[in-house]
Amino acid sequence: MIKKVLVSATINGESTEFLCEPQQSLLEVLRDVLNLTGAKEGCNDGNCGACSVLLDGRLVNSCLVLAAEIEGRTVTTVEGLASWEGLHPLQQSFIEQDALQCGYCTPGMLIAAKALLDRNPDPTDEEIRTWLAGNLCRCTGYDKIVRAVRAAARQMKD
Amino acid sequence: MNQQATDFSVIGTRPPRVDAAEKVIGRAKYGMDAQVPGVTYGKVLRSPHAHARIVSIDTGKAEALAGVYAVVTADDLLSPETREKLREEDNIHALREYELTLAHDKVLFEGHPIAAVAARTPTLAEQAVKLIEVEYEVLPAVVGILDAMRDDAPLLHEMMHTESLAGKSEKPSNVASYFQQIKGDPEQGFAKADVVVEREFRSLMVHQGYIEPHAATAEWSPTGKLTLYTTTQGTFAVRDHVVSLLHIPMSDTRVISLEVGGAFGGKNNSFVDAVAALLARKARRPVKVTMSRAETLLGTGPSSGTVIRVKMGATREGHITATQATLYYEAGAYPGSPVGSGVNVMFGPYDISHVQVEGYDIVNNKPPIASYRAPGATPANFAIEVVIDEIAEKIGMDPLEFRLLNSAREGTEQIFGEIHHDIGAIEVLEAAKAHPHYSAPLAGSSKDGRRGRGVAHGYWGNWGARSSCTITVNPDGTVALVTGSVDVTGTRTSLAMQAAEILCLDLDQVKSSVGDTDNIGYSDVSAGSRTTIATGQAVIQAAQEVIAKMCARAATIWEVPVETITFEGGIFATNADKKKRMTFAELAAQLPQTGNTVIGVANVDVREWGAAFGTHIVDVEVDPETGLVTLLRYTAVQDVGKAIHPTQVEGQIQGGAVQGIGWALYEGYTYNAEGKLLNPNFLDYKLPTALDVPPIDTVIVEVPYPKHPFGARGVGEVPIIPPPAAIANAIYRAIGARVDVLPMTPGRILEAMGVMG
Repeated sequence: MIKKVLVSATINGESTEFLCEPQQSLLEVLRDVLNLTGAKEGCNDGNCGACSVLLDGRLVNSCLVLAAEIEGRTVTTVEGLASWEGLHPLQQSFIEQDALQCGYCTPGMLIAAKALLDRNPDPTDEEIRTWLAGNLCRCTGYDKIVRAVRAAARQMKD
Repeated sequence: MNQQATDFSVIGTRPPRVDAAEKVIGRAKYGMDAQVPGVTYGKVLRSPHAHARIVSIDTGKAEALAGVYAVVTADDLLSPETREKLREEDNIHALREYELTLAHDKVLFEGHPIAAVAARTPTLAEQAVKLIEVEYEVLPAVVGILDAMRDDAPLLHEMMHTESLAGKSEKPSNVASYFQQIKGDPEQGFAKADVVVEREFRSLMVHQGYIEPHAATAEWSPTGKLTLYTTTQGTFAVRDHVVSLLHIPMSDTRVISLEVGGAFGGKNNSFVDAVAALLARKARRPVKVTMSRAETLLGTGPSSGTVIRVKMGATREGHITATQATLYYEAGAYPGSPVGSGVNVMFGPYDISHVQVEGYDIVNNKPPIASYRAPGATPANFAIEVVIDEIAEKIGMDPLEFRLLNSAREGTEQIFGEIHHDIGAIEVLEAAKAHPHYSAPLAGSSKDGRRGRGVAHGYWGNWGARSSCTITVNPDGTVALVTGSVDVTGTRTSLAMQAAEILCLDLDQVKSSVGDTDNIGYSDVSAGSRTTIATGQAVIQAAQEVIAKMCARAATIWEVPVETITFEGGIFATNADKKKRMTFAELAAQLPQTGNTVIGVANVDVREWGAAFGTHIVDVEVDPETGLVTLLRYTAVQDVGKAIHPTQVEGQIQGGAVQGIGWALYEGYTYNAEGKLLNPNFLDYKLPTALDVPPIDTVIVEVPYPKHPFGARGVGEVPIIPPPAAIANAIYRAIGARVDVLPMTPGRILEAMGVMG
């Protein structure tokens, strides 16, 4: 029997405590322990980006982070983007630009795009494509995603 | 460019997709997201060998591990007697379903499932799988396509003989079937040719690459009722599969499709549903089985690798006089490659009088193939479109002009005897030729880069088949639309738009959802570009029934003959009394008090096969030092009949084109001689990223398809077909050498340039 560890962290703005096995990834804990299933498992080895979350504001693949590592730290998942007051401009833009089809990569895309706009509020298309190269999408061909990020950036600046 | 029909109010508009909001806030539930109280975790043991006899399986240690609730093997699925009976009947197709769920005496590919466990946690399940002891007698494996045809090749199925028109072959063989089709007199045709080009092309097995791995959660009630939450293109297909394998009553089996995280044909088949059900029954607890990425690449159904030989002759004036082709398609471990469809789409775009074609369906020690977007089409298109490009170049004719000259038209007979009707082949080629991209100067990013422009033209049809739907009127004037077609491409939206058009409602007044096997009629898998078209016809019929029933209700309320009732522009009125009129919402509000609500129901089985064409133009730059190909500009032209939702149509074309680009440049299963897959991950099996592809410009051509009430054609499959050929033709223009192997990696480009190899 593996002994579980107690972890305290801030997840989507709320102080949270959870028990996890020492080898469990942040992705597993988000999904299986905290019922935050927005972050998706696509590869579990850091190659698809579907599990992207922000860890202390930094973009990470949550499948490559141990849950026990987030003690005292801050995590933002796709569930933390919208509030009851409304959607995040990126979410609104993804809807308006039809930047999703199956939607499986969308949570990771949104988080990655947020991390980009947090650093660079006015990225070029080339910068958007470079930044999002760690997030695979098999449905859209990326064009509408790039447009959505560009449109959201413009809107957030205004 | 668009032949706009202007008399629609919803069709042809661009509303947000109805499923978008749930997806962007992260609440949409996919296969892995099923949450069932008390769920336990299943894990499958898979073969490390490509070909081996299973001598024994010992599950004792796994069963003894604390926290393990069930271990299953083939013995839990099929009694030795039934197995023997199926063998005696020579029923490889029935055996296939069992053996692919859990192998019996032989494993036929690396990743072949052998046993499965259910345990309290995923970690325990993984530990338990490692405790299962399997003794193998490793057999020689065959992974090549032509190698598998050799007389001395190891046989996968000792009882399989080659099927052809001549009957069954005397000796067992890895060639499952062979066909030959002849049209006209090819010999005479070649005799008339001024130019003949002959080439051999090769392509590797590729995967659909959906980002969501397969997952299924099974739950039994103590009274023997099974509920399955899964990710699939067809709930009824999963139900029928599980019912037949587990020999359980259909009425006790409910299959619910969650959101599907990409499918592209790969989720027509069921891979973990039966195992989840089997484990859950034995464990007496709900069980969730999920595949890892490696399992998804190893243990599902990719698309065939191919060897294709094409010989084509043409006159100096540009008429194709004859074509001869031989297609070898690997099927993986069980028969069923899409070689026939490859032949069909290879010749579909052209009017060629003299053709001789042969096709081989070949098994080898790789995963058994499944459908992948326009099954069989892309490698066949690659072969013929490169040969056409070469012939056009040899006679000094513009490649689009050459295709126009030889294009299929109204009444052209296809290779298997079907006749083309109401097609937009010419319109698509003309639109490509007239597009500014085709005449723009080649612009590139670097000084040294060698640049070229290529084109290719492709064809696919839309399948019809069975669909069911209900439309229920709510008292507030909205309607609930339920279909049995799983939404893999945005069809909840495109179907709701068709209902809204008929009912004169706004899209947000149609609540669109996908039913499960308990609450909607049989519907085939969402595949073959069929859903918007065929399920659309069911939706239109059901909406018309709603109108007819509401007209009858209006007649009752107004006490006038039903024949006097009209419905136009959302208003019910009667010729009997010009003062009487009700909006849809006003009548809907009266339904509960005048005999209960109204439900329109429709079931269809659409048998027509409509054709759609696409032409792609691409500019590439090749780095002569590294062989790296960069796509500079990409334009995809396609006839979609009538674009129900133009934005979603663009999205289908862009997504399909980028999958085709992946096939052209990056993707391919790489095996060693023992049949071990060397790249079962997304690092080594590389999908195109946002950085690898340019924006895909789309041109929508609308030549109405008369069999659909709004003129729509299937959209999803055509765009994956032309990219490899278009890119290969562009590379040729850039480097002056032809690449005839997919993927066209930097190494192969350098080899073609004579720099390496």
